[in-house]
Amino acid sequence: MELQHVNFKIFLSGEPEVDIEPIVEAFHRWTAAQSVDEMLIDVADYVHVPAGPGIVLVGHEADYALDNAQHRWGLLYNRKAPLDGSNLDRFAQAFAAAINACARLEEEVGLTFDRQQFQLMINDRALAPNTPETLAACKHDIEAFIQSHLGQSEYSLEAESNPRRRFGVLAKLSQPFDLTGGSNY
Amino acid sequence: MKSSNGLWKERLATPLSGQLAEEINTFEDEIEQRRLGNLDEKVFAETRLRRGAYGQRYDNGKRHDGEASRDLSYPEHNTKGPDTVWDAPGMQRIKIPYGGMTPEQLEVMAELAEEYSDGIAHITTRQDFQLHYIHIDDATTVMRRLASVGITTREACGNSVRNVCGCPFMGVCQDEPFDVTPYAAAFTEFLLGHPDAQNFGRKFKPSFSGCSEHACGLASMHDMGMIAQVREVNGQVQKGFRVVVGGGLGAVPRQAKVFDDFMPPEELLPTAQAMARIFGRHGEKKMRSRARLKFLVDKWGIDKFKTEVLAERAKLRPDPRWTDYLEHLDAQTEAPSKPPGEMPATNGDERFNEWLATNVQPQKQEGYTAVTVALPLGDLTADQLRDLADISRRFTNGTIRTTVEQNFVIRWVSNSDLPALYAALDDAQMSDPCASNILDIVACPGTDTCKLGISSSRGLAGELRKRLGEKSFQMDQAIKNLHIKISGCFNSCGQHHVADIGFYGANRTIQGYKVPHFQVVVGGQWEENAGSYGLPIVAIPSKRAPEALDRLTEYYLREKAGEEPFTTFVGRIGKGPIRQLLEDLTQDLPTPTDNPQFYADWGDPRQYSIGDIGKGECAGEVVSQYEFEMAAAERMVFGSQVHLENGLVDDAAQETYAAMLRSAKALVQIRYDDVTNDAEEIVEEFKERYCDTEIFYDKYAGPKFANYLFAAYEQAERQHTAESAHHLIEETQLFIEAVHSCYNRIRSGEAVEA
Repeated sequence: MELQHVNFKIFLSGEPEVDIEPIVEAFHRWTAAQSVDEMLIDVADYVHVPAGPGIVLVGHEADYALDNAQHRWGLLYNRKAPLDGSNLDRFAQAFAAAINACARLEEEVGLTFDRQQFQLMINDRALAPNTPETLAACKHDIEAFIQSHLGQSEYSLEAESNPRRRFGVLAKLSQPFDLTGGSNY
Repeated sequence: MKSSNGLWKERLATPLSGQLAEEINTFEDEIEQRRLGNLDEKVFAETRLRRGAYGQRYDNGKRHDGEASRDLSYPEHNTKGPDTVWDAPGMQRIKIPYGGMTPEQLEVMAELAEEYSDGIAHITTRQDFQLHYIHIDDATTVMRRLASVGITTREACGNSVRNVCGCPFMGVCQDEPFDVTPYAAAFTEFLLGHPDAQNFGRKFKPSFSGCSEHACGLASMHDMGMIAQVREVNGQVQKGFRVVVGGGLGAVPRQAKVFDDFMPPEELLPTAQAMARIFGRHGEKKMRSRARLKFLVDKWGIDKFKTEVLAERAKLRPDPRWTDYLEHLDAQTEAPSKPPGEMPATNGDERFNEWLATNVQPQKQEGYTAVTVALPLGDLTADQLRDLADISRRFTNGTIRTTVEQNFVIRWVSNSDLPALYAALDDAQMSDPCASNILDIVACPGTDTCKLGISSSRGLAGELRKRLGEKSFQMDQAIKNLHIKISGCFNSCGQHHVADIGFYGANRTIQGYKVPHFQVVVGGQWEENAGSYGLPIVAIPSKRAPEALDRLTEYYLREKAGEEPFTTFVGRIGKGPIRQLLEDLTQDLPTPTDNPQFYADWGDPRQYSIGDIGKGECAGEVVSQYEFEMAAAERMVFGSQVHLENGLVDDAAQETYAAMLRSAKALVQIRYDDVTNDAEEIVEEFKERYCDTEIFYDKYAGPKFANYLFAAYEQAERQHTAESAHHLIEETQLFIEAVHSCYNRIRSGEAVEA
């Protein structure tokens, strides 16, 4: 099963009160400097929508967001442009982009991210419908990513149980991953 | 862009057989032909727009970062239409005729918002949906998935018959004589893709209302508005429509004129067809700014317009579709899923009680209510769309409609279900008790995504909503009843003309810095189907707009006579004192060093002005002279409003014309110190220096605003009516805005002679 349009969400630690303004400013700075791999286009503010996408940094190949879906703030990386390579390659690319953004937000804005869990989603219902069959077909790749790229042997995976939501898993790790080592992943 | 586009095409090939599939396949071919350079840019732009695939800010590949305009390096250099880069994200507008949706459609909308957009679906002021940041290569998949649940984007934009709006309460409203839903449905189907409606110079917007009193359908601000009527002839009750034409907001708003006080249903579609043919044949084609139907009605007068349309109607070859639907009117009738119930008693939950008072409207069918789901700025998430689908299935037969106030209405809720419905909406965070009140602020996209936006309408709306929300529980009911509507520019997509208090985006250069502003508009009326249009009274720096609102509401509360509505209050008090109340907000601005945020717009930290400071530009004296002259012109145009308010029509027209001349002179003076006050000289110098050179040309509107000056000059001796003087004031205000924009372009070095 070829998985494209990989999303990773790295949650903020605890139950934080998020100060939006510095994040909006940071995203505009990133856009002005074009300081990530993807071409950045715009910043969209949806903080007025409860449990919504929060602040979205819209890019050409991918979006970054400080996302509040299901009332859980976190950095969401949404890969839009297809990528060559294997599923593992695509997981690695998206994860690296996500944690690089997290590291920058920790440094620039003072946020703190939870290093022991993340959500992985496939933002394409045709490629990856949210069914047990999809989970069965790609569980091996997800586990291989956690084991080989993150070097973790103890973890749990919890699949998104609402079939109308996109396919995804919540991964809980026994050891924290390194937020500053994006390029190593 | 999506890997699965081919999969969706294959999967939906069978269900989408027929015309819908052919339409989308054709568009797919056109995209490919454009990519190969075989299709002209302008032709492709129109075909794309007619399918609702719309340009968005930054699709020209340039974005201002607060210091300068920078190039965005989109991977491909081809374009998908004039000034639009191929790969740049665009907006997809999705037509929802009279706002009617099914739960299945809500679910698909949710999926599309997640997979192709930024997770948000946006409801517009004409009951459409909009999804933003869509890649052109994904557009046909979006269309296929919408078509699979019966939604078309065909003619959602472009020079076509746009979404047919309709009161979301039609069929259940206590004040309507009959349900106009089946007529709106037939109208939609008949004109969609009709060969006689393909040759317009501009768009054509229809709307249906069940009554004249309420603003739910906004019939009088549409190109063609239909309002349900009944009459009794020989003891028989006959149904029909009061048909009004030539209404519209936009830069220069017009109230629709009565075309027919009572049009029988069998004449509705043929008359619309004839009107489309007349508009296509005689409507303006070259000057976009004069191409709406309202200008043809203005030019001809309603009597000639009616004569021409009826003559055309007489020539039409009969079409069975004109009346076939009248045999099946019941097909559109909705039915409840639950038995009728008793209204619940208010309880100790203040929020629930407030919600009952604001969001719940008893239907004409006893035991049922229509419930408004108020959305912040018309936005909702995919999860909320799915929740709404579930809720509408659980409590009704899926009877739900979007509204022109960017909300939803769930119809046919049994009264006894209201507590449970409230709880379900509350779980989905959609139980805000503020339907159609001051918190339910309407705003167009503005600078967030619209290419024409001047100020951040959504940013201001969000800020006002936040501030008003904090004090809503202690707010006086008279204040709660007000309507606020905000547009990012003068084009009025946020419907600022028909608000109690409206705002529209403007910009000013003050001491060399660009400062985002909002014009404050008062005197408009939302009730009686948008019964009257307001006028701008003063431009306030954007960051002081909340203070302006506070002052206006406090003043109203203090000075209103009894239960006097805001529009009546403005009429009684006059605009003079209201302007005086706000005047000081335009003065004593902080310096950019003291308060840099003042020079940025709401929700956007980029400096609005700093990138446009010119080094060693303009001698101070000349700048001062310009600013002095423009301030005088603005005072004069305001003075003309006061004259008009006092019934001094001629004085109003003269004063506003003089204001227009004075602002033209201010611009001429920058390049020609010796210009006199002679009208002929000002106009000639203006034409030569700014029009013939195209320096004054608006990027999108071309010579539109200059033409206002020339028309006013040519008709300087005409006799004015109150209505024509009102129009002249509107045009003068827009001309002044255009002078400011031109001056800003000159200072920033952007203005180049053609």
